[in-house]
Amino acid sequence: MAACTRRAAEVLCSFRTFRQIQHQNERFISTSLTHHAVTGDGQPPKFTPPPKPVIVDKTKYDAPQRRFLSPEFIVPRSRTSGLKFIAERRDMIKRRKTLNIPEFYVGSILAVTMKDPYASGNVNRFVGICTQRSGSGLGATFILRNIIDGQGVEICYELYNPRVQAIEVLKLEKRLDDNLMYLRDALPEYSTFDFNMKPVPHNPSADVPINTVKVRMKPKPWSKRWERPKFNVQGIRFDLCLTPEQMQHAQKWAQPWQEFDMLKHHDTEHLKEAILKEVEAKLRK
Amino acid sequence: MRDWSITSLLIARCQSNNTACLVQQQDFDHRDERTHEALKRGAMALKCIGTVLFELASGAQYRAFSVSAAAAAIQKMTRVRVVDNSALGNTPYHRPPRVIHVYTKNGVGKVGDRVLLAIKGQKKKALIVGHKMPGPTMTPRFDSNNVVLIEDNGNPTGTRIKVPVPTHLRKMEGDYSKLLAIAQKFV
Repeated sequence: MAACTRRAAEVLCSFRTFRQIQHQNERFISTSLTHHAVTGDGQPPKFTPPPKPVIVDKTKYDAPQRRFLSPEFIVPRSRTSGLKFIAERRDMIKRRKTLNIPEFYVGSILAVTMKDPYASGNVNRFVGICTQRSGSGLGATFILRNIIDGQGVEICYELYNPRVQAIEVLKLEKRLDDNLMYLRDALPEYSTFDFNMKPVPHNPSADVPINTVKVRMKPKPWSKRWERPKFNVQGIRFDLCLTPEQMQHAQKWAQPWQEFDMLKHHDTEHLKEAILKEVEAKLRK
Repeated sequence: MRDWSITSLLIARCQSNNTACLVQQQDFDHRDERTHEALKRGAMALKCIGTVLFELASGAQYRAFSVSAAAAAIQKMTRVRVVDNSALGNTPYHRPPRVIHVYTKNGVGKVGDRVLLAIKGQKKKALIVGHKMPGPTMTPRFDSNNVVLIEDNGNPTGTRIKVPVPTHLRKMEGDYSKLLAIAQKFV
């Protein structure tokens, strides 16, 4: 019994000392200036504000951002008066000042929100892989493809249509080809994308990553004979669906002289540089 | 095309098997050798048939039915896919449902047009809810020609539409409100 009481007293004592220490500590830490240090000369020390937290924005990079000219700005070779293209370019820049049209390529995964009087909430959002970009000037279009409930769906959007409310790049990448229409004949897993997909961050200064995936196809017949040299498709596993003889046979339609046809040659490098400068200057204004 | 090739293959296999049997019956001298060979051939034929059947089944996974190309939206004799859950449209039948009349002035059916189908040996009206041919821009294009079976008064036969339906079908809300009510998804 005695031992027990002694033990209890000890415990109490230790508890008290602990509390005292705590009190001291509290006083020591406390930031109230009056308590803290009335220094020898009676003057309170000058208040020094704590350093501001530095927030590093990791989305911005020091490296120069890559320059990009959307392909619909490039003037096609034609006998049309240049005035038409100048006027169209002005309108395109005007639209780009209100709507952010991001950089994207065939093979990128996009989400497009458009005004739709028949949709619930008057807004229609569609997610899919960009399979084709076509048209130049104000009428430029791109096609998004996705498979919903086992049903392949494609929507052709006009870039400068006033119904478009937002274009969001969920994954910026390129593929081996400039036209992915062969995804219609590929296995459905290659064109199935989740509508709730989170955007994948990308580096705006580095080169655009190229996805080198090669797709497996459904059994023939396909919508087009993709093995023909006219399409020059790189992203199909032909070895799984065609024999070497069939591949050889497809070469019968090759037109190797076409690339040497000087009349068909259209060098857009200088044109591109000039238009890019103009567009950048006007968009900054 | 595919069916033809498969049938011809099967016939060829059967013929080879029969000839093997005949040969076996004719030659009694080298009976043991012949039977052995015949058995071997039979086993091979069976194997081949097995692979052919497997191919058929795997092919069916991707394209259970043949649908017309995207040449002109939907016209007479177009093979279509019934996308509701009605018993008439979902029981397997050896002939795909075909359009036998389009209720438009030019005979070309687009989304929202009524058609008459020949399905399982009977006539049935249907509504087009998507086709392969691209329509105007900013509207969806589907990978198959989809229809939903309807009664003569416009009510749907099934109780559910399994695939997404274009939103601009809502333009016809008044006539097909019951059909639109059973649609699960709009694109």
